[in-house]
Formats: sequence, C-alpha cells, structure tokens
Amino acid sequence: MNATSVAVAIRQLSKRFERGNVQALETIDLDVRPGEFVSLIGPSGCGKSTLLRIIGDLIQPTEGSVLVNGKPARQARIDRDYGIVFQDAVLYDWRTVARNISLPLELAGVDRRRRDARVREMLELVELTGFEKHHPWQLSGGMQQRVSIARALSFSPALLLMDEPFGALDEMTRERLNNELLQIWQETGSTVVFVTHSIAESVFLSTRVVVMSARPGRIAGIVEIDLPQPRGPETRESPRFAEHITEVRRLLRKGHADEAIEGDTEVPLYVAEEGL
Amino acid sequence: MSAVGVAEIPRGALGRRVGRKLTDWLPAAVVLVGGILLWEGLVRGLDVQRFLLPAPSAILDTLWERRSELFDAGIYTFSEAFGGFVVGCTLAVLAAIVLARFRRLARSLLPFAIAANAVPIIAFAPITNQWFGPLEKTSKMAIAAILVFFPVLVNTLRGLTSVRPSSIELMRSYAAGEVEIFRRVRLPNALPYLFSALKVATVLAMIGAIVGEYFLSSQEALGFQIRNSAALFQFEVAWAAIVVASVLGILFYASVALVERLTMSWHPSTRGE
Repeated sequence: MNATSVAVAIRQLSKRFERGNVQALETIDLDVRPGEFVSLIGPSGCGKSTLLRIIGDLIQPTEGSVLVNGKPARQARIDRDYGIVFQDAVLYDWRTVARNISLPLELAGVDRRRRDARVREMLELVELTGFEKHHPWQLSGGMQQRVSIARALSFSPALLLMDEPFGALDEMTRERLNNELLQIWQETGSTVVFVTHSIAESVFLSTRVVVMSARPGRIAGIVEIDLPQPRGPETRESPRFAEHITEVRRLLRKGHADEAIEGDTEVPLYVAEEGL
Repeated sequence: MSAVGVAEIPRGALGRRVGRKLTDWLPAAVVLVGGILLWEGLVRGLDVQRFLLPAPSAILDTLWERRSELFDAGIYTFSEAFGGFVVGCTLAVLAAIVLARFRRLARSLLPFAIAANAVPIIAFAPITNQWFGPLEKTSKMAIAAILVFFPVLVNTLRGLTSVRPSSIELMRSYAAGEVEIFRRVRLPNALPYLFSALKVATVLAMIGAIVGEYFLSSQEALGFQIRNSAALFQFEVAWAAIVVASVLGILFYASVALVERLTMSWHPSTRGE
C-alpha cells in the first residue's frame, strides 16, 4: 500500500514506560485506510489508549514509527490533522458551549465570522442548537460529550481519535450517541480510530475491530465487520451482529485468558507531569 | 449551587428571589441585633465597669464624637494595608508564574513557602518597622506585603499547576504552545484559587498594618489610637477604633469578593443557586 493512501500507518511500534518499567506496546503494525472506522479493543492495561496517544503525538514511542496522512505524527499534530475526544469531555468551564467548540478555530486563527458560522453548523450536527450560551457544568454527561465531539470536528480534521468517549455514560445514552456518531461519520467521511472497552460498541460502530492482548500490548487479531451501512437499532438484533461479537470475544479470550473485559476502568499507563 | 439544571429563572420571579434573599439573611440579622441588645443589657444590668467592657451605646457615642479623627486614622491605616496588599499580591502572582514555568525550581522552593505559611510572620513587624522607619507608612506596607505573599503564592501556584492532564493534551493536539496553554488553560484554571487567596490576603493585610502600628507608628494611625487609648483607659475610644478597623476590613474583603463575582461569572460557585 502506498504511504499517502493510508490515514494512519504504524510500523514496528513499541512503547516502554521507564517509570514502573512497563512494556506497554510491543511491535504493533497497523494500517488505517482513509474513511475507515477502526476500533481498538482489549483488556485494561493493553495499551490501547497509549497507542491512540502515540498516533496523536501526545506520547513518544520507544521504537518504530507512525505516519498520519503520510507525515510523521509530530508534523500531523502541528498541521492539526486530527481531532481528539477523551473519555472525560474536557470542556473548559470558563467558556460557553459555543466558545468551547470554537477553541481550535481560535487557535488556528480563523476569523470571528467564520468561527460563529462553523459553531452553528457543529451545534446542529450534534443536535445542541440553543445551548451555545450554556456553560459545560449546566449540561448532562451525554450533552457534554456531544460538545466535545463538535469541538473535535469543528476544524474538519480528516482523522478523529476517540479514547473511550462514551465509557462514562449510561447504556441508553451510549447507544443513542453511537447512532449519532455513525451518522456524523457518514456525513463527514472522516477516518475514526476509536478506543473502547465494549465489544458491542466496537462491533456496532466499526468497519474493523483491532483486538489487543494485555501486557505487553500486541495485536491479537483483526475482525472485519461486514454489517451493512447505514446501521441502526435493527443492526444490533441481526444474527451477523451476534456472530461478530462472538468472534471478537474469542480473540479477546485468546489474547488474555480469564480477564474481565467490560466494566472495569483502565488506569492510564502514561504518567501525568502535572501537579506538585 | 448543587443544582445544575438548565432551567432559567422564570420572569416575574424577582420578587420571590428578593424574598428568599431576605429570609436567608434574617437569622443573621436577628443574631446581630439580639447580640448587641444583650451586650447593652448585660453591661447596664450587671453594672460592668466601663474599663472592662463599655456598652455599645457608649461606643457608638464616641464613634460619632470622634468621627473625623477616626475616619482619618482609618484611611491612613487602610492605605498601608492596601499598599502592602497590592505589592505583596503582585509579587506573589509573578513568582507563582515563574515557578509554574520552572517546575524543578518550584519543587525545591515550595517546601519553604509552605513552611513560611505556618510561621507567625507578624512577629517580624518590629524588624520591618526598623528597616523602613517606624513612622513611615512603608514599614507597615512591608509587613502587610510579606504576610500576604506566601498564601497568595502557594495558592496561585497550585491553581496554575493543578490542571487535568487531558486539558493540556487537548491543547497540544491543537498544536498550542506553552504560552497559549498558559493563557487559555492555566490562568483561567488558577482564578478560583487566586481569588480565595486574595480574600484571605485582605484580612492579613489589615492585621499586618494594625499590629505593625501597635509596636510603633505615626499618631495618625488606627493601631496607635487603639493601643494608646487602651493604655489611657479610654476604652470607648479603643472600641470605636476597633469598629472602624472591622468595617474597613469587611469592606475590603467584600470588594475583592465582588471583583471575583464579576470576573468569574462563569463559575458554578458564583451562581448563587
């Protein structure tokens, strides 16, 4: 495959954390094609969040390389080639919903008029029109995460990185947001790399599910999801959906026997530099 | 402030809001008035010697008689406290910004700043008096500035550095540099910490100025008035001066609290729900 026709190209990537002496990732090779929706799933501590952060150049790999849109990850970050969504919405309390969404545009030097227009479009996309003047703490968890997604998409990045964005939400909200996310993905045509704990979520959303094994994190197998698009509530009830779930579950079990997959919270491996 | 609903306060509810404010304040007002009446009654009923405790009415009389003198003294002392507050807080915020940037330096210096917070710095007042001249305002400004410096430094630094890692990662994902991260994340994050320190600092600055004056000062100063009249058994005058000091302290605190409300209108705590 030609390097430029790949959205994300990961070659022989390893990550070792000096603190704690943990081998987080070992010889990962993965290509993500433009327009794909790829999920990374695995048990706690398999390094899937670390891998996502390495793609975003927020953590440096110990070995190997990452190309995003044919460029080194660092250059891609500087060129603002991707938008990122975390499990916690990470909205700034001192900014209104509208000004949270327009933050990346402000940093990119987009003028006020175009910013305002773009914010209106984004609010419409995530169905939050009318909430522009609210502050984040006035919104529910699901609404906050929609603002976070709108912010990540505001500058139309070709790549969307999502780190368990719906992990903290209740099941009902999560399913609704899954449907919305698929719609947004189809409307925008962007590439998505999505980290999750939930097998059902990964199968429902993805074109491919990358199953990872625990420490050191390796790719245990990749499942092609051939469920027809567009997907909706009926997709979850189809026999093919159940088959894919079984497939992913078997790979997970092979990758790491008898470890609880769903429901447990992952302790991030990267160590924060903040705080005194 | 526990309510995080998105509901707006309905129109026409202003009367109800004012009513609620009144019922909120009513118990405190009753306690204040009741306390003063009880004080007055006890002093009269038990015939307390006036050098032990003058009646509120006597203090009020003195306050009125000597109003221009006490007012001037209040302004004199307040200008010392305010000057020290401005100097000390400015230096503390600048130091916090430098330490937030150079974390290694902060780690080696912060233990001393925290220790300094636990030391009764007011004990240095006689020394700053001598350094800057006991009759000069600058000597009282100095002790006030030193008093406010450490709590403002420690709190502001905490506010600048206790940023969630994901907040920083998000800014880095937008290719934001250190200056942008400082301006758009660290500074607004530090504001609640800064303001709570500034409110404490108003009280400390007043204490610094007045206690500094107790040791040695110009005769115009409020602290001098309190100490001197107490020494001369003019307790009504001493108490009246204390009332002036208290009122000034409350006004100082309240004006910082007002600035806080205006600059942090976004903060949940300022929406008195």
